[in-house]
Amino acid sequence: MRELKLMKGNEAIAEAAVRYGVDGYFGYPITPQSEVMETLMLMKPWETTGMVVLQAESEVASINMLYGGAGSGKRVMTSSSSPGVSLMQEGISYIAGAELPCVIVNVVRGGPGLGTIQPSQSDYFQAVKGGGHGDYKLIVLAPASVQEMADFIGLAFELAFKYRNPAMILSDGVIGQMMEKVEFDEYRKRWTEEELIKNNPWAATGKTPDRERNVITSLHLQAVDQEKLNHKLQAKYREIEKSEVRYETYMCDDAEYLIVAFGSSARISKKSVELARTKGIKVGLLRPITLFPFPYREIDAYSEQIKGILTVEMNAGQMVEDVRLAVSGKVKVEHFGRMGGMVSSPDEVEEALEQKIIGG
Amino acid sequence: MIDIKDIIKPENLVFKKSKVLTDMEMHYCPGCSHGVVHNLIAEVIEDMDIQNSVIGVAPVGCSVLAYNYLHIDWHEAAHGRAPAVATAVKRLMPDKFVFTYQGDGDLAAIGTAETIHACNRGEDITIVFINNGIYGMTGGQMAPTTIEGMVASTCPAGRDLKRDGYPIKITEILATLPGTCYVTRQAVHTPGSVRKTKIALRKAFENQIAKKGTSIVEVVSTCNSGWRMTPVKANNWMVENMFPVYPLGDIKDE
Amino acid sequence: MKEEIIIAGFGGQGVLSMGKILAYSGVMQDMEVSWMPSYGPEMRGGTANVTVILSDESISSPILHEFDTAIILNQQSLDKFESMVRPGGLLIYDGNGITHHPTRKDISIYRVDATVEAARMKSAKTFNMIILGAYLKLHDLVKMENVLKGLKKSLPERHHHLIPLNEKAITRGGEIVKKI
Repeated sequence: MRELKLMKGNEAIAEAAVRYGVDGYFGYPITPQSEVMETLMLMKPWETTGMVVLQAESEVASINMLYGGAGSGKRVMTSSSSPGVSLMQEGISYIAGAELPCVIVNVVRGGPGLGTIQPSQSDYFQAVKGGGHGDYKLIVLAPASVQEMADFIGLAFELAFKYRNPAMILSDGVIGQMMEKVEFDEYRKRWTEEELIKNNPWAATGKTPDRERNVITSLHLQAVDQEKLNHKLQAKYREIEKSEVRYETYMCDDAEYLIVAFGSSARISKKSVELARTKGIKVGLLRPITLFPFPYREIDAYSEQIKGILTVEMNAGQMVEDVRLAVSGKVKVEHFGRMGGMVSSPDEVEEALEQKIIGG
Repeated sequence: MIDIKDIIKPENLVFKKSKVLTDMEMHYCPGCSHGVVHNLIAEVIEDMDIQNSVIGVAPVGCSVLAYNYLHIDWHEAAHGRAPAVATAVKRLMPDKFVFTYQGDGDLAAIGTAETIHACNRGEDITIVFINNGIYGMTGGQMAPTTIEGMVASTCPAGRDLKRDGYPIKITEILATLPGTCYVTRQAVHTPGSVRKTKIALRKAFENQIAKKGTSIVEVVSTCNSGWRMTPVKANNWMVENMFPVYPLGDIKDE
Repeated sequence: MKEEIIIAGFGGQGVLSMGKILAYSGVMQDMEVSWMPSYGPEMRGGTANVTVILSDESISSPILHEFDTAIILNQQSLDKFESMVRPGGLLIYDGNGITHHPTRKDISIYRVDATVEAARMKSAKTFNMIILGAYLKLHDLVKMENVLKGLKKSLPERHHHLIPLNEKAITRGGEIVKKI
C-alpha cells in the first residue's frame, strides 16, 4: 500500500531516503535544498531505521564522509546546491576513481559564483561531463516531479550499487521547492551487516580471516595500473550507456517538431506543447530522464520524422550540444533558455519554437 | 661451527614481526619514523586482538601507501579529508575501531577544518599525527609545522615568521576542544620513547571502547631525506630544535 | 476542470499557507495539485507569492505567467499580477493599503476587506482564511468539507484547536466579499 502525501520535492527526498533504508545522510545547509536535512532531523530516523544524519562542517567534509560511508558498503547520500556541489568535485572524483556507490542530489541554482538562489539548470555540463578531474562519469537522473524526486532515490541507489558508481540526482529549485502529491513505498529495512557484506564483498568492513584485506583507494602509482583502471571504468560506462538510458515522450508520434527538455524545463515545455497543439503545430516533447547515459540514439530516431528540434534549458545552452551530437547535423537544433534563476514561461517557449525552429 | 638452524628456535626468539604487518617492503627512507610508528600500530592491533574490526584511513603524504603495510581494511582518503572519512566510517559502524594516520600537511594545513570539526564533534576515533615539519613526499616543501628558521625547498633561507607565519601547534589547539579526551605528543627516537608511544597508541585505541571522544597521538618525527641529514644527525637535530617548540608529554588526558 | 491561481502579498500574511490549505483541499478531493512558491530572501518581509494549480488531469507546468484567478493582498502584487489574469478570469483583493485599484474590465473583480475584518474578529491570524473564504464563495472548486480536511492536514496538531475559528473566518469571508 503506497502512502499519499503532499510535499515539497526536497522533503520528498528526505522521506524517500528513510523509507528506502538509507544508512547515512551527510550534508551542509545551502538554499534551495536545506529542507532535505531539516526534514530528516525532524523525522529522527536514527530512532526508527537507525539511519545516521549528520550536519558536516562543509560540503568538502560531507562528500568525504560519503567516501567513508560508501567504502564501508553503506547506502549513503548527500544533497546540496550548485556552489556546494562545486566544492564536492574533488571528493566525487575520488569516489568515482575508487568505484564507490553513493547518491548526490544537486538542487541547482543560478550561477556562476555565489549566483542566485533561484532555479537553474546550468550545472548540466558539470554533472554529465565530469565536473571533477580525470576521466569519469556519474550516473545522472533528472527528476521532473516531486514523485520522481522520491522514486529516483531508490533508482539512484540501485544503479549506483549495480555499477559501483556515484549517481547524481540533478534537480533544480523548482522541483525542490514545489509541492505535489507524492506516493511513497513502505519502509524497507536497512541491510544487516551480513547482508551488507554478502552484497558488497569489496567493502572495508574489517578484515576477517576468510578474505584478503579490502582497500578503498583511487591511487595507482604505476601509470600502467592507472590505465587499466581507466579501461575498466570506460567499459563500465559503455555498459551503462547500453542498458540504462531512460526517457519519456509526449505527443511525439505525429510530431513534425520536437522539444527536448529535462527536469522542470520539461514540465514547462509540456505546457508549451499543449499551447502549440491548440494552434495546430505538430510538436512533441522528448524528456531525457537519464542525462548520463544520454538518449542519443532515441533522439536520433526522430531525425527522419521531424523538421527541427528546440532544446529548452534554464541555462545558456548545454544539453543542446548533446542533442546536436545525437542528430549529427541531420536536423536543425536550436536552444532556448532563461538564465541566472529566471524561469521560462510556457508561452515564451512556444514563441521560441515558432521563431527559432518553425519560422527560422 | 654453529649452524644458523640451531639459532632459529622458538626459545631463542626475542623479537618478531607483528602478524598485522604485511610482508611488503616499506618505501620509506632509512631512518624515517613512519616505519616505527606503523609497527607500533600493528603491535597494538595485535595485542588488542582487533585486526578483524579495525579500519584505517590513510592520508596523502609519505604515508599515502600506509595501506600496503598493515594487514587490515583501509580507506585511502583525499588530502586532508581523513577525519571526515573516519567520521562516517565510525558513525556507520560504531563497533569498529577507526583510526586516521596523517602527516602535518594533511592534518594541519589542507585538512585543518576536517580535523578540528571531527575533534569538536568528539568522534570516537584515534588520530595518529606524524609531525616532521616538512612535506616529505613532494620533495621537502615547507609544512605548517616547519619551525622558525628551518630550511625547506619553499623557504630555502629558512622559515620567515613574517612571511610564512608561525609553526602551528595544532595539537595544543585540539586539546582545547571538549570533544577530545586524550591528546599527547610523543616521539620514536629512542627505545624508551618508542615504548612510551606504544603505550600512548594503546590508550588512544582503548578510548574507543569507552567512547570517550577523540584521541590524538602526535609523534614528533624526523625526515632525514627532507632535512638533508643522516638519521643520527636528524634525531639529534629534532631533540635540539623540534622538542623546544613541540615539547613531549600528555597535553590532555580525561 | 483546471484552475490556475496566483496568491500574492507580503511575507507574513499567510500567502504560502493559504496556498497550502487550498492544495491540500484539492488532494482531499482527489485532484492533481501543484504548489510553487517564490522562495528566497523575498520571503523575509518582502513580497511572497505562490502558484497553486488544481486539476482533474496531470499538471504540466507548475510555473505560469497567466492565471485563472489572482488573489492579491498588497499594492505591489496588484501592480504585478493584474495584467496576468486571463480574460474572463477572477481577481480578488484586500482593499487595505490599496491606492491604485484594479481597472480591468474583462475580468471579474472582487474586494474583500479581510484586514479590517480580521481586526474586528480580534485575530490577525484569521486574515488569510477570510480571503480564502471569499475565494471559495466565488468559486466552488473544492467542497467545504475537503477544505476543513485540508486545514487539518496542513496545520500542525498543536494548532488544531484553532480550526473552528478558521472555519468561522472562512464563512465570514464569503459573507463580506463584494463585487467591484
